[in-house]
Amino acid sequence: MNSTALIPPDGDVASRSARSTQPSARVVTWRRWQSGAMRILMGFCSLVVAAPLFLVLYFLIREGATAVDWHFFTQLPKPTGEVGGGMANAILGTIVLLLMAATVGVPIGVLGGVYLAEYGSERANHWIRFSADVLNGVPSIIWGIVVYALLVVPFKTFSAYAGGVALGLMMIPLVMRTTEEVLVLVPQSYREAGLALGIARWKIITVIVLKTARKGIVTGVLVALARVAGETAPLLFTALGNNFWSHSLKEPIAALPLQIFTYAISPYDDWHRQAWAGALVLMLMILTLNVTVRLLSRSKSTR
Amino acid sequence: MLAAAAALTIVALILLVGWELYAGSRLALHRFGFGFLVHSTWDPVSEEYGALPFIFGTLVSSLIALVIAVPLGVATALFLTEMAPVRLRQPVITVIEMLAAVPSVIFGLWGIFVLVPWLRDHPYHWLEQHFGFLPIFRGPVYGVGMLSGGIVVAIMILPIITSVSREILRSVPNLQREAAYALGATHWEAIRIAVLSYASRGLFGAAVLGLGRALGETMAVTMVIGNRAEISASLFAPGYTLASVVANEFAEATTDLYLNSLFELGLVLVAITILVNGLAQLLLRTIGGGASTKVL
Repeated sequence: MNSTALIPPDGDVASRSARSTQPSARVVTWRRWQSGAMRILMGFCSLVVAAPLFLVLYFLIREGATAVDWHFFTQLPKPTGEVGGGMANAILGTIVLLLMAATVGVPIGVLGGVYLAEYGSERANHWIRFSADVLNGVPSIIWGIVVYALLVVPFKTFSAYAGGVALGLMMIPLVMRTTEEVLVLVPQSYREAGLALGIARWKIITVIVLKTARKGIVTGVLVALARVAGETAPLLFTALGNNFWSHSLKEPIAALPLQIFTYAISPYDDWHRQAWAGALVLMLMILTLNVTVRLLSRSKSTR
Repeated sequence: MLAAAAALTIVALILLVGWELYAGSRLALHRFGFGFLVHSTWDPVSEEYGALPFIFGTLVSSLIALVIAVPLGVATALFLTEMAPVRLRQPVITVIEMLAAVPSVIFGLWGIFVLVPWLRDHPYHWLEQHFGFLPIFRGPVYGVGMLSGGIVVAIMILPIITSVSREILRSVPNLQREAAYALGATHWEAIRIAVLSYASRGLFGAAVLGLGRALGETMAVTMVIGNRAEISASLFAPGYTLASVVANEFAEATTDLYLNSLFELGLVLVAITILVNGLAQLLLRTIGGGASTKVL
């Protein structure tokens, strides 16, 4: 906050030159004025870009905080028309789905990253990276359709498995690219030292390289988890949602984003209140993941 | 070799997406052919399916989003790389990264209950009164509609446009700037002459990448665009996008042809986004040294 009181060191050309009365024509004054004006305009644009975050957070807290209470975390949703109830099953459901997503996404993503960094030829890597970028750009709703065709139709039921797989598939390209990035940072001499000792290649990678890059990989996984935690579209016709506890992963399962969506577009005031509360809890989960990532990567860079 | 298998999975996944969408939409592909893309009737009762209103809605809402987000995003990136006080930069960058972390459904919730009512009562009302003679601002004003959808998408693609633009601007060599200063340029002139012209191709790439994101936005758009399969000149009128019709109707598709048509909408959406993203990668690859890949 006190930073605003200090005048920044970098080139504030316009204001500095306005003070020194150079022997200049009106044109120069105009040009300097224009430069200063553009700077203010761009600062204003940045403000406009940043504002939605604060507005969203403000309303989440204002509308959500009053609806979050003990029951919210312990009770099931109440039937239509009854006031109260909670999202306990949705909160647990989101955690279950994320664990399953990680089970699918992390091994494949990390191994893919290992291939890119350690084994792949230039040509193969080019195509794999390109594929990962393409997958990254596939809209999330598409994952919902694909997994529906893949896991829901053959087994004839919406299930937690299908939801977990949909989120897991979305994680793969993310985890793969971040893993590659951190593995490349591991010094080549570590690998050479291992080779000189006659250690097998796979052992060097698992014991030395992956271990050195452990923190970076964990960070990448958390980023990917934070990214899919709020996804709704891929769950719409895979996990489907559930108003009760799921007794098996073969059943439809509730998830916070799904519950928020259903409640938000409903006509009931009490459900709107619950939607805000759910959104607040979901946002806090995602922010916690993001802050953890920040703390992890900070301690890495200071070491 | 496990690693190679994992890497191959990535390539296989693309084929899987393509195959499942194709297999799922075979019936509709066979029945409607290319007419699917240009017919504007979407009537599950009489089994008439045409994708035009959704393609229109997707393109228009994404273009609105780009018109808003590109100037704002590029200006913010310029401010952050060239003009902002140094100690202000990191906090603003953090805020924008956090904005990227907000889930689509939360933007949708906020859109329904906060943004749309406000837009309806203030800016839309004003626009309709003063510019109502233009077909694009003709009433009635419902609040939800194409423009609201575009604005919400704009907010959602701002972080990626800003961060990719920032990477691009940072890759502009300092020599460029110094040369402009040496000629007596003011700060803004140096940016305009030396930085913007140098980075224009990359910034275009950033915009195209933003477009790719905008096309596929689902939840927030579904919640504020109004969901009516009509083509209307007015931006206040409700619209419908490819992604949101799939989200809304997929679970309740009763007949095979209905479901197949929804699959085909998915196929159309994937085809458009892959083309757009491919173009973006092409534009960004050549300069930024993989700038696009650093951001999520």
